[in-house]
Amino acid sequence: MEGNIRVFEPEEEIVLNMGPQHPSTHGVLRLILKLSGEKIVDAKPDIGFLHRGVEKLGETYTYIQFLPMLDRNDYLSATTNEFGYVLAVEKLANIPVPERAQYIRVLFSELSRIASHLVWLGTFCLDLGGALGGGTTIFLYCFREREKILDIFEKMTGSRLHPHLMQIGGVRYDVYPGIEKDLKEILKDVEDKINEYEEMLVNNPVFIDRTKGVGVLPKEVAMEYGCSGPVLRGSGVKFDLRKAVPYSSYDKFDFDVPCFDGGDVFDRFRVRMEEMRQSIKIIRQALDGLPEDPISSQMPVKVKVAIKPPPGEVYVAIESPRGELGYYIYSDGKPVAYRMKIRAPSFSNLSVLPFLLKGHLVADVVAILGSLDPVFGDVDR
Amino acid sequence: MIGTILLTIIYVFVALFIVLYITWIERKFAARLHNRVGPYYVGRPHGFLQPFADVLKLLLKEDIVPEQADKKIFNIAPIIVFVGALLTFPVLPVAKNIYISDLSVGLIYFFAVSSLMVFGVFLAGWASNSKYALLSAFRAGAQVVSYEIPLILSALIPVVLAGSLRTNDIVQAQKVPFALYPVFGWVAFIIFVISGLAEENKVPFDVPEAESELVAAYNVEYSGMKFALFYAAEYVHILALSVLGSILFLGGYRGFYPTFGPEWLYQIFWLLFKTFIMLILFLLVRWSFVRIRIDRLIIFSWKYLFPISLINLFLASLWKLLF
Repeated sequence: MEGNIRVFEPEEEIVLNMGPQHPSTHGVLRLILKLSGEKIVDAKPDIGFLHRGVEKLGETYTYIQFLPMLDRNDYLSATTNEFGYVLAVEKLANIPVPERAQYIRVLFSELSRIASHLVWLGTFCLDLGGALGGGTTIFLYCFREREKILDIFEKMTGSRLHPHLMQIGGVRYDVYPGIEKDLKEILKDVEDKINEYEEMLVNNPVFIDRTKGVGVLPKEVAMEYGCSGPVLRGSGVKFDLRKAVPYSSYDKFDFDVPCFDGGDVFDRFRVRMEEMRQSIKIIRQALDGLPEDPISSQMPVKVKVAIKPPPGEVYVAIESPRGELGYYIYSDGKPVAYRMKIRAPSFSNLSVLPFLLKGHLVADVVAILGSLDPVFGDVDR
Repeated sequence: MIGTILLTIIYVFVALFIVLYITWIERKFAARLHNRVGPYYVGRPHGFLQPFADVLKLLLKEDIVPEQADKKIFNIAPIIVFVGALLTFPVLPVAKNIYISDLSVGLIYFFAVSSLMVFGVFLAGWASNSKYALLSAFRAGAQVVSYEIPLILSALIPVVLAGSLRTNDIVQAQKVPFALYPVFGWVAFIIFVISGLAEENKVPFDVPEAESELVAAYNVEYSGMKFALFYAAEYVHILALSVLGSILFLGGYRGFYPTFGPEWLYQIFWLLFKTFIMLILFLLVRWSFVRIRIDRLIIFSWKYLFPISLINLFLASLWKLLF
């Protein structure tokens, strides 16, 4: 300081707090950015603003009571959260699941994946284009399609964002009459629209410029950081739990695992676009081959009825829209889990952010972060 | 003298009224692209009174000045921006005999005062005592230095062809609109539209505003009417550039079929019509493209627009010399 005037050194760095209240941090993420001009010298994510102690709640409530809370974890794909958890409890307590229930689970899990990816696509473009620019257009388009999928959830379960569909031993609701017709119409529509959006974006030179070669994540680094899902597959690692360790009835479906080896924002975009198409393929197969079975091996559950798994531990992971969503449960034979740990994909994917951001510009932060698709309910838990 | 003052007042009011409705047109246009309705309830049909409701709301909002801001500059910046945008109108003729001032250096005056806007943006960013606003100020500076040059070079094509800097003369010289002149006319018009978008801080060139990166950038600390001044200035500037574009390249108030009503009336009609076309062109780009990155933006200007516009100017001068 000289008098009242601060003298700036030519190479002085600015520390910029991006978030936790920022339009493009996809929730309450605080990114501490060290900038030299607009260039990022260092980045540090600061998380925990949405921490609600979900794992501790899992050790407080009974197995059945805890289930609806999981809908609120990764709030963009509630069904997949439940899916992993019920699979873990069923494995722990050795509870069989009828085949029809398995099909319904797969069907709604994939619907949930499409709905989640549509939110991702919309918000990703919003990040690139801004709330008052070209990005808004595709954002609202994507939500139009997502609403149709949520309508199906509403018809099926009565709720849209948090459809409490799964129960230990099966599903709570059978598919409603006429769902085939509804879904076939919607899927046709969604498929057309996905193609249209992809065409809109990949033919847009500005979009290509903002995504190609930006935030390149090498395969080795992705694996070191424990990245999974589209982030890992965008880096050229063809690993999908639905194929690698087929759970529920995934081994009965024919689908591909999309994988691109560029490792940049553009390839992560392509993986998710292709994944939506594959999900549509799975849903069509599930609809066509829906077996005639009961929907649950358990009676309709009441919260007071407790499930008491034998002492032991279990880890079950599923492929959520964001990657490997794992549930570790340690049981001591009581109706409440002794230890509960959730392996959240968003958390591991987010951890690679400092590596990706260094050397990029402020404008790339939103593109790179958006391409990781974090959900902060999932990160903080 | 009194006549000029009266005309100025009418000019300002009409311009502000049009600006109010540009916001409405833009919202309706964007809504069409988005498959939604847009303003609807305030003043039916189709939310026609929405702009007035917005103004009223902004007038009633609390004026907040950050504790650590440089208060004098903070307060004066929106005024500079707004006045800078408004001052561009005197040299724009709406009809052959309706203008405030027919300056012999009209075009130079236009670009000189429209640059004031960026000066205000820079001051706002600097004085806000916010890092987001500061980054925006840097960006605004970089952008205006880059895009002012191709904009002026492309605007020089009509000047060369008409042989005058007087806007009225440029309109008179266009027996055929300059935008239709093969190659250099087309190129100049395209560069004018692109640079105009950048000058207006509109997507895909709205890097100083960049609300998804810099929250709301230079106006992040502004509230109520001061924010509205920035907002209004942007639209006044869009209107001014659209009018200028139609004067320079589309023949201004010269109509294609000059057969109805008194002369001044159809001249105003044609100018408004062409301005509207320019406006829609700007809006269409704005709501279709995502935002370009600051480094690419500057590269695009210096590596492509600047040399192309220089060559274009050379070609136009050569053509003028030979024919």
